[in-house]
Amino acid sequence: MNMRWPNSLRLSPRWAPYVFISPFLVLFAVFGVFPLLFSLYLAFQSWEPTSGLDAMEFVGLANFSFALQDEWFWKSLKNTAWLALASGVPQHLVAIPLAVFIHNSFKRMRDAVVGAYFLPYITSTVAIAIMFSSLFSTDFGLINAGLHALFGGENINWLGRPEHIKPAIAFIVFWRYVGFNVVLYLAALQTIPKDLYEAATMDGAGRVQQFFYITLPSLKPMIFFGVTLSVIGGLQLFEEPFILTGGKGGADQSAMTSAVYLYRMAFDFNDFGGASAMSWLLFLVVALMTWLTNRAFRTRGGAA
Amino acid sequence: MNSALGLKPSRRACLVAGLTLALPVQAAPARKLTVAAFPMLDEIVKAALPRWRQLHPDVDVQVVSRQFSDHHTAMTTALSTSVYLPDVMALESSYVGRFAQGGGLEDLRLAPYNAERLRPRFVPYAYEQAVNRRGAVVAVPTDIGPGTLLYRTDLLSRAGLTEADLTLSWESYVEAGIKLKAATGAYLVSSAQAIKDIVIRSGLKPGEGLYFDQDSRVLVSSPRFVRAFELARKVRHHKLDARVNPWSNEWAEGFRRGSLATELSGAWMVGQLASWVAPGTKGLWRAAQLPGQTFVSYGGSFYAIPRRAAPEKKGLAWELIQMLTLDRERQFAAFKAQDAFPALLETLDDPLFDQPLPFLGGQAARGLWREAARKITATQVHKQANFADEVIGTELENVLEYGKDIGRALADAERLLARRAHR
Repeated sequence: MNMRWPNSLRLSPRWAPYVFISPFLVLFAVFGVFPLLFSLYLAFQSWEPTSGLDAMEFVGLANFSFALQDEWFWKSLKNTAWLALASGVPQHLVAIPLAVFIHNSFKRMRDAVVGAYFLPYITSTVAIAIMFSSLFSTDFGLINAGLHALFGGENINWLGRPEHIKPAIAFIVFWRYVGFNVVLYLAALQTIPKDLYEAATMDGAGRVQQFFYITLPSLKPMIFFGVTLSVIGGLQLFEEPFILTGGKGGADQSAMTSAVYLYRMAFDFNDFGGASAMSWLLFLVVALMTWLTNRAFRTRGGAA
Repeated sequence: MNSALGLKPSRRACLVAGLTLALPVQAAPARKLTVAAFPMLDEIVKAALPRWRQLHPDVDVQVVSRQFSDHHTAMTTALSTSVYLPDVMALESSYVGRFAQGGGLEDLRLAPYNAERLRPRFVPYAYEQAVNRRGAVVAVPTDIGPGTLLYRTDLLSRAGLTEADLTLSWESYVEAGIKLKAATGAYLVSSAQAIKDIVIRSGLKPGEGLYFDQDSRVLVSSPRFVRAFELARKVRHHKLDARVNPWSNEWAEGFRRGSLATELSGAWMVGQLASWVAPGTKGLWRAAQLPGQTFVSYGGSFYAIPRRAAPEKKGLAWELIQMLTLDRERQFAAFKAQDAFPALLETLDDPLFDQPLPFLGGQAARGLWREAARKITATQVHKQANFADEVIGTELENVLEYGKDIGRALADAERLLARRAHR
């Protein structure tokens, strides 16, 4: 095993760090930077893709002005906002008390309980979508069967009616990410010093008061982090509505989020330029919302 | 290899060794032809390979098969980047229209193909479908899907109806559906959208577009669309449609249980019903022309040669395409094995077309479909046809589900389409 490489093949210490970091950089350049720049380039082109790369034609801002005047783009933004709020807000409203409950009430079973809540997050979206599409089935679904047993009434066409499909998808997204947020908040809860609670108990503060005056303020940095992730994730929502509606966006396009729409613009409607312009407009919306979230958390009490 | 012998070969020796190894390969190039296809068509191509090997023992044909939509997405990507282009590309008819607008497919009018001389040999609309606006012929048809009306004779006779009641006109078809529902409880049709889809395609003049005319003017407020929407609304109003999506479990179950009395589809549907959808209903079905002497096509397949494919293999690719599309035996074989209705005219006078079909109670229905095939006209596919499909489907849904006024629905659709017509 005493083989020595010829000097010409040896890595000089000067280059070693670059070589070691290059796998990531190469992959990032190929799958991250290049598509990004290419889509920025495409956003200013009109392109009939089947004619080949040289068929692109510079059209200036035409794609952007088309996107801004496109009814369906605005419709998809509204759908996205609706779904982001309806799935995002409950995530945190449930995850925080749930995390506190798990933190206080479970000792040995804690990891198992957290694992159970975390499971949906690491399950494949396709499996989830298939499971929920059978749960939400109009005539044979468990959800309608349960509702019927409890309240009676007609079966609800969950995935076929525009007014029902949004709540159905929001519920799935909520179900999927609530465990992830629980884990975030549990981690933050462990950093709150125990003596704060002891002192509060000595002073006669009840559990509710402790929650509102100690736990919640201490969780604020983590809430900021969690909400930011929810904002970004919610605005880019794609997989759940895409699979549950067969890639179409549902009746009356009511579950067509912006991400689904711009995918369809490119691959169903053959308009790669328009789709790229929309994706950059969506990026601006995400950036703006993230900035606003940041602002909202800062103004109420110093740096978040 | 050399180091295994314990020698330390010089660079030159290596080079020579490499060359001698490479030389025989260059002398007799193992040529390989790649065909990209989707299910059913891939089987048809494979079935032709033994014959191909007799003619070209030195040319290996590789069939790359993908699921239907994956195949067409992969072809779009291959054409846009000119990477991994197959030598022969199978395309479904709606994609032929879409791909024909770009310049990615070889114009087969030109030498050495000279496809124009083959025009009289094909079912006219099928050939026409592959001709784009600039007159280029981008693909060759291999099979077609003439539209047909399938109905259950047992349900019809229980309701005291005859075939003529169904086929006289679309209005009489719906009237018959009302009687059918009252007498047997069976639905007339799987979904009201299916009726709309045909009626908007009926009465098209040759060369007239479906949603847009040649100058991209939007046509969705025309009487064709109003009539289609009114018929669909009437069907829904009388609860004549089962409201199931084609190919869903409920849809198949409807055929098995006899709760769907008719089906509007391509002739190939008979094979699907017989093989897996509802084999138990053998003998109960009959075929007829679509109501109101409507002749429309339901799909069809084509072969094309990508413009950027390897130039030295285009000749062979063309030879393979001709073998698949112009050889009677190959067309018959595909018809028998995969229900691929031939696009080659000279096959249509074969006695095979007068044979009784057991699933249709011994009816010799292929004659009907042959007649339909000759009467179908080609429609120009507009760049925004997919988008228009979606918009019109959505607006009809609004009419059916929420009672939206038809005039307003079509005006809304027109506005949306007009904004995109020239993109």
